[in-house]
Amino acid sequence: MDVTDTLLTLAADRFSRDRSKLRPEDDFFEALEIDSVDAMTLLTAVEEKFGVEIPDYEVQDVRTFSALAAVIGRRI
Amino acid sequence: MPELTTKLEDGVLDVLLHGGAANEIGLAMLGELESVVRSFDSRVRAMVIRSESRRGFCAGADLRELHARNATRRSEGASDAQRSSEVRAFLDRIHGVMNAIDEAPFTTVAAVHGVVFGGGFELALACDLIVADKSARFAFPELRLGIIPCFGGLPRLRRALGTSVTNDLVLTGRSLGAARAHELGLVSQLVGEGQAADVARRVAVQATRFDPRATRAALDFVRTDISAELEREKDLFCELFVSPVVDAALARFASDASAMPYLPASGGAA
Repeated sequence: MDVTDTLLTLAADRFSRDRSKLRPEDDFFEALEIDSVDAMTLLTAVEEKFGVEIPDYEVQDVRTFSALAAVIGRRI
Repeated sequence: MPELTTKLEDGVLDVLLHGGAANEIGLAMLGELESVVRSFDSRVRAMVIRSESRRGFCAGADLRELHARNATRRSEGASDAQRSSEVRAFLDRIHGVMNAIDEAPFTTVAAVHGVVFGGGFELALACDLIVADKSARFAFPELRLGIIPCFGGLPRLRRALGTSVTNDLVLTGRSLGAARAHELGLVSQLVGEGQAADVARRVAVQATRFDPRATRAALDFVRTDISAELEREKDLFCELFVSPVVDAALARFASDASAMPYLPASGGAA
């Protein structure tokens, strides 16, 4: 499973969403119906799942799953 | 509405924060925290501070309130010197609370989750131990507003973790996840989500089992004197606070409708 797939599954599990309805190009704020505090929770879950540390400023303008996966990919 | 509730049981003073969206520290919360530290007496053998907010432990100073007060005083023609003096009076009060916790003659434990930002981080740092659930994130985002941490956070973070970690967090404004904070030694116990308060209570109960004189002796030894640094932090903050840059940053912050406008994930509020 690649980073994007793993991320989509993680996000769906974390926020109890239907994994099959999430696409890489989706805006995760909208697709998951989350606010900025929830996004911090997603960041924490990502760090734990992938064993990486992601400074907030690396994801400041990131809104899609694919862009977030790219940031994760650079840290693995 | 009260912003916190206290309960003393078996020598453990339980302080439950439940103010605002995420326990922002404005004048109301400050007044109640002052009441808490005034209640310290020989019956208190340990203390736990925790939050019932879904969003986290504490999001720090109530910047919207600070902005409103500052804008009002500016419109009334208050000089920079007057506004600086007024913000220093607020800082003196909050430092009084933080110092009382830091110098308490018993073990203090912060049970944290979610957002532990700015003044919330500083409140946790004033405690002897931090028990964090996996959701906790620590940050000092103040530089994004043209200011520095001002509730004693700079000297206390440096005392706890040294200059390198302090620089990393303060100079970038980034947040630190609980797991990494545990690795660095900031967090004494890392626990599952929703478990921090229960574990912190167990820690506090354990701390009550020792001779109070021995506890005080250990605390006196470990708590190094940072009083000069605390004063310097206040001086620096007051110098920065009257800058137009800070006025503009606080105005932007106050006009942001999101619940947590300083979080970078909100789309770049900095």
